[in-house]
Amino acid sequence: MTDLGMPLLRAPRGVGHLRGDKSFPAAARDALADSQLRRNLGHATSTIRAKRATVVAERADWEQLRAAGSAIKAATMAHLDEHLERLEAEVTRRGGVVHWARDANEANEIVTRLVAATGSREVVKVKSMATQEIGLNEALEAAGVTAQETDLAELIVQLGGDLPSHILVPAIHRNRAEIREIFLREMPGVDPALTDEPRRLAMAARAYLRERFLRADVAISGANFGVADTGSLVVVESEGNGRMCLTLPRTLITVMGIEKVVPTWQDLEVFLQLLPRSSTGERMNPYTSVWTGVTPGDGPAEVHLVLLDNGRTATLADDVGRAALHCIKCSACLNVCPVYERTGGHAYGSVYPGPIGAVLSPQLTGVEDNASLPFASSLCGACFEACPVRIDIPSLLVRLRSQHVEARREASRVPSAEAVAMAAAAWTMSDPGRFAAAEKASRLGRVFGRRSGRLTTLPPPLSAWTAGRDAPRPPAETFREWWARERG
Amino acid sequence: MSAREEMLSAIRRANASATDTPVPRDYERRSPHSPSELLDLLTDRLVDYKATVVRVPLSELPTALADAVAPYSPVLVPPDQPWDLDATPDSPALGPHDLDGFAAVVTGCAVACAETGTIALDGGPAQGRRAITLVPDVHVCVVHGSQVVGSVPEMIAALTPTRPITFVSGPSATSDIELQRVEGVHGPRTLIVVLACEWQ
Repeated sequence: MTDLGMPLLRAPRGVGHLRGDKSFPAAARDALADSQLRRNLGHATSTIRAKRATVVAERADWEQLRAAGSAIKAATMAHLDEHLERLEAEVTRRGGVVHWARDANEANEIVTRLVAATGSREVVKVKSMATQEIGLNEALEAAGVTAQETDLAELIVQLGGDLPSHILVPAIHRNRAEIREIFLREMPGVDPALTDEPRRLAMAARAYLRERFLRADVAISGANFGVADTGSLVVVESEGNGRMCLTLPRTLITVMGIEKVVPTWQDLEVFLQLLPRSSTGERMNPYTSVWTGVTPGDGPAEVHLVLLDNGRTATLADDVGRAALHCIKCSACLNVCPVYERTGGHAYGSVYPGPIGAVLSPQLTGVEDNASLPFASSLCGACFEACPVRIDIPSLLVRLRSQHVEARREASRVPSAEAVAMAAAAWTMSDPGRFAAAEKASRLGRVFGRRSGRLTTLPPPLSAWTAGRDAPRPPAETFREWWARERG
Repeated sequence: MSAREEMLSAIRRANASATDTPVPRDYERRSPHSPSELLDLLTDRLVDYKATVVRVPLSELPTALADAVAPYSPVLVPPDQPWDLDATPDSPALGPHDLDGFAAVVTGCAVACAETGTIALDGGPAQGRRAITLVPDVHVCVVHGSQVVGSVPEMIAALTPTRPITFVSGPSATSDIELQRVEGVHGPRTLIVVLACEWQ
């Protein structure tokens, strides 16, 4: 509740893909045991890190671009209401229809109603994080409408009955051999002689989707940017499936998170440099489409824009946490994260995995619905270094951790094991005599870890620590003893 | 309260203590390159994307265009094509399936950006509607030297945002399989850029 007593608009339970079935440590343990997954992730993330480093190094003004991107986002958020009203006015003035959705259920209802009004039972979709977030495909299916994903990676995920595991490359957990198997098994009419050469796999997707594009009557997209002062919407892509969806059908429905608005057309000169270099490691992505309302004789005759909240205004209400809304969904932080590289995206349980997901998902849902995610990080800071809009993800993680601790303290009168341990540590460390005694007592731990020099399994209650971490074997002599012997 | 009012008032409450941030724009706005360097840079970037680049003096443009489209038939052109090519002019009657029957399309462009190897189409002269540069498998694009700018900010400034705009940087591609780039998916698999200039 805010000071005015108005409830925050969080992403509701029971719809969409922002919450996992398991906590991060439990899900990560399964992922870490999958050596094929770890090989696929290690290969893909190292490939993309090298490409990004090369094209970022090419721009002498990269840090100035980052600073500008960060400032544009912060300035936009400070007047978000005005920019959204302006965007709405400009889109409407140019023949588009704007809808507002407080949460996933409302957005799904709006889109389902719009599709039903066209009479079409089949829609083509451009990859969109917002529609993944709200579970739009499931909502359409429940209404008897087939939603065909057209991005290659989304198609792999959809045909494989799988979940996306990366923001940019949802099928990053699959290698070429696995993709070939999925296509052979699930793609009607596929050439049985299909090899696992990436070019051949891409051609199979082209052949499969071609007729679906040409006959499509309704398309659904997200938007990378919505330009307030012109009403222009922007989709950044590579394959041309976006262009197909945005250009050929009669009706186009775009679902856009409210944080995707930028104030002016000029602002794109910053983001169209930051985004492709950070995401695919290219100087520019192959295709970017810009449309403003309806253009007679060119593209869809009916254009809708659904502005989605689903926890964004609640995120905005936290003066530190709101920086998570600056994200342009490039996924550079995933590719550099030592935790993501080992666990993959599924362990995070949300469509937004990796470092940015660990700060975004808990804020959209409320931290108690994703309480393990802020702890899914070593706080090494690589994500902040890579972020093209300078989101200080480590500080946000620490903020969310403390909010979780506060929430638990408020919810329970019985102190948690962690709170007891911290209180005991504070009592011990505040007195030199007690600390020296505790140091000596730690030597008892030397009975463990004799061979490896590490403590990997301790008996309860210390097992709570070693379940997810190793501890060093305590030394034979404490620092204080060494100091007394050498310098005393 | 409507969803619109509820969202806007939630934003206003959240922003009650928000402060304004000045936006520093001290990044490079204008490219330092000379016009001829820009043509070399554009060529280099396009070739890097696996596009084909044909550079000709303006006087040889008709011959170069005829050579470029010779392997393809039938060929589609925008209704206002200025090149006198023997090809089918686009018309509103042509639906997606009809467009799929063309082997190649020839268009001009609005502006091109050398540093990123990007060609911008905005439905202006000699460009036609968006669908014609999308469905045929080969896109032959005529770029005049005078249309080439250096930087992304210069390209953005040269465009009218309310027009339907497509930025094209090479043929269609994907990085979805093991994050390796593969050229040619749903958009034109072949991009041929005819770069015409009086001062080669």
